[in-house]
Amino acid sequence: MTLTRLHWSALVVASAFSAGIAILALGLWASGYDAPQALTALWNGAFGSWYAFTSATLLRAVPLIIIGLGFALALQGGALNIGAEGQFYVGAIAATWVGLEVGHWPLVPAIGAIVSVATIAGALWMVVPVWLKLRFGVIEVISTLLLNFVAEALVSLMVQGPLQESTGVFPQSNLIPLSARLPILPGTRLHLGFLFALALSVVVWYVVTRTVWGFRLRAVGASPRAAEISGRIKSGRVLGTALLWSGALAGLAGGLEVSGVSYALYQNLSPGYGFTGIAVALLARLRPIGIVFTGILFGALEAGAGAMQRDAGIPSVAVYVVEAVVILVIVLADSRLRHLGRSTVSRPSPAAA
Amino acid sequence: MLPLTLRGIHKHFGAVHAVRGVDFTLGPGEVHALLGENGAGKSTLMHIAFGLVRADRGDVVVDGVARALRSPREARRLGVGMVHQHFTSVPALSVAENIALAAGWSPKTRLLAKRVDGVFRRVGLALDPDAPAWTLPVALKQRLEIVKALATDVRILLLDEPTAVLAPAEADELLRVVRRFTEQGGTAVLITHKLREALATADTVTVLRRGQVTFSGPTAEIDADSVLRYMIGGRLPESRPAPPAAAPGAVRIQAEALDVARDGRGGTALRQATFSVRAGEIVGIAAVEGNGQRELMRAAAGLLPPLRGRLDVTGPVGFVPEDRTTEGLIPEFSLTENLVLGLDRVAPWVRGRRFRRIDWNAAREGAADILRNFEVDAPGPGVPAASLSGGNQQRLVIARALEQEPTVLVAENPTRGLDIRAAQAVEARLRAAAHEGAAVLVYSSDLDEILQIANRVLVVAGGTVTEVPPHARREEVGAMMLNVHAERADPSGSR
Repeated sequence: MTLTRLHWSALVVASAFSAGIAILALGLWASGYDAPQALTALWNGAFGSWYAFTSATLLRAVPLIIIGLGFALALQGGALNIGAEGQFYVGAIAATWVGLEVGHWPLVPAIGAIVSVATIAGALWMVVPVWLKLRFGVIEVISTLLLNFVAEALVSLMVQGPLQESTGVFPQSNLIPLSARLPILPGTRLHLGFLFALALSVVVWYVVTRTVWGFRLRAVGASPRAAEISGRIKSGRVLGTALLWSGALAGLAGGLEVSGVSYALYQNLSPGYGFTGIAVALLARLRPIGIVFTGILFGALEAGAGAMQRDAGIPSVAVYVVEAVVILVIVLADSRLRHLGRSTVSRPSPAAA
Repeated sequence: MLPLTLRGIHKHFGAVHAVRGVDFTLGPGEVHALLGENGAGKSTLMHIAFGLVRADRGDVVVDGVARALRSPREARRLGVGMVHQHFTSVPALSVAENIALAAGWSPKTRLLAKRVDGVFRRVGLALDPDAPAWTLPVALKQRLEIVKALATDVRILLLDEPTAVLAPAEADELLRVVRRFTEQGGTAVLITHKLREALATADTVTVLRRGQVTFSGPTAEIDADSVLRYMIGGRLPESRPAPPAAAPGAVRIQAEALDVARDGRGGTALRQATFSVRAGEIVGIAAVEGNGQRELMRAAAGLLPPLRGRLDVTGPVGFVPEDRTTEGLIPEFSLTENLVLGLDRVAPWVRGRRFRRIDWNAAREGAADILRNFEVDAPGPGVPAASLSGGNQQRLVIARALEQEPTVLVAENPTRGLDIRAAQAVEARLRAAAHEGAAVLVYSSDLDEILQIANRVLVVAGGTVTEVPPHARREEVGAMMLNVHAERADPSGSR
């Protein structure tokens, strides 16, 4: 990775963000809001204080980074996991269930159980899409996306049924016991999951760039045909494994959210982390270390959006304009992403007679 | 007035001079057979007449007027239709919709059923207009191609191997339709590998060899043997120069009564194949495209499973796939990465047992060594494979195949599209590999190359493998390839 390429990526990210913010400001101004006040609120909500930075920005960055890593891993092999939202919820359900059961356990095994069960749940949620893809060629974009709705319905079912809180009034679960909660940085709301996210980005980076499996995954992503014929790689197996890990990471993100932030399961637990995570990965051009930074950037946007709504009375969804513009700029700038949809069918060469 | 004349046509594809100054005249009302080996330039010539490919030099004259055909649409407007080598129907659309698409009609109108029916009657072929194209069996798919080509007011019909996938009876029916078309005033060009079919159907024959016309005249003036001579060249009689290997070693590939399924489709491509390849010898495969040689190569390389019978290969197998840019290399990967691609099991740059890692510094150094040893001309191992010339890309693919010191080397068309110097370098590598004790199995669509390089030659025709007797003349080999003396003139092996 040369310096110039890194510079180029940074430049693309910066211009994408500037364009997004500029269009947001323009939109606010055109609809009669006080744009400078709104942007100030946005900034302060994200970076205005140590508390805002850790407890709003970094806190939201945790699921974004982990989901982004999972999305990037699958896309290295050419598969699009659009179902992180669903896998996140399934991980959250599993974490809540285990969390409620392990009240009398010591902290370390309790957290360990929650984290592993959430991870496994996310992977299991991916089993059906993987099977459909490898057995019948069903594209994973459709199957993972549709399973999001199933997962959301499952959450509703859980919080009104088996996992509903003891009084039976509110559609949410009981709070998980203290021993099932992740340790927190004193004076903030930032939990241990942030270190998980950092460590995972290094692990994913190492796996993708330094291991034989990661190399095979990239080969399958670049050319499944060449990977199979010249590399003797079982592309379906490699890709299926990557998709399972992708689901596992999203499930882990859901588990960490319950164990570190919400302490309970309820509907709309995720403000669309599963989809914003895609933008995070694309913005970092699938580079695991870059995902940490883009994850924090998007965490800041989400945090600032909340502040903007409180302080300037602007609907927080306005920030999605920025996210959308960022994705468009990145996709335009990256030819590899632009060609995602290109057909892999080989054309007959014109010289063949 | 002559319906179609091509004058002084030249066409290059990269370094390959595919068509070299061809004059081609189509007389009114005739069926004109265009014959030649693979790569002789037949399809290219017809693509030029149909506006798919633009000639570098030369004129396309339709009805006495020179035209610069820029697209098939212009050709169609001038009354030129084409049936392609590959199916061009949209699988999900119905027969009627596919016809509408080809003819430029609206698929919505109530008129469509009537129009399609009219086409069926005029052409003399019928199909279920409502059947989705993907449900049609191969023979009916081909029928749809013909109907599509004739749907509009076409006076000149170009057919590129229309019978390659058909059984004899189906082929006869198709040729009857072509005759009927010419009797109604049309003119047809028929590209085919089936010599008997060509001589039985055509009024006129033109033979191409390596992009040049070697014969053109009435069918009555020529017989199968002389067509063959024109197709495979005048250097006759010529015994094969390659001597048998000094001391062939142990058997490395042994096939007995081997059946292999058609690659990517149903049916059997290779039937009851029995052959062996020994260490230290080069066995050449001579075949016309689509006769099962591809499946033979891929089965030997371990990429296709045997359907029936026995196949023992003593590996490791080095494989040089036919298409280097889609199967041999990943163009956007660096040369180092492309070498690692085939060598992540044996190479010295892999570390660890359970969690196997790649030491990229070692890989880069190893790659630089390999590039030097195999004379790959590149600025360094870090450049993308796409930046190399075809010859250097092929050297890279061969280097990777040989680097794992294979006991068996399987090479498909390893010199395709290379200039003479690059091709000779590749041939030298194959010889050296055999000399060092590998069993080499090589297929080339260029018969001369096979005869020059191979110690023994196997012909694959219609899915059957036959060994060429030692010192057979090249025209005899050609006859075996084209199956001219066989009872069934059907080398396709479909069904």
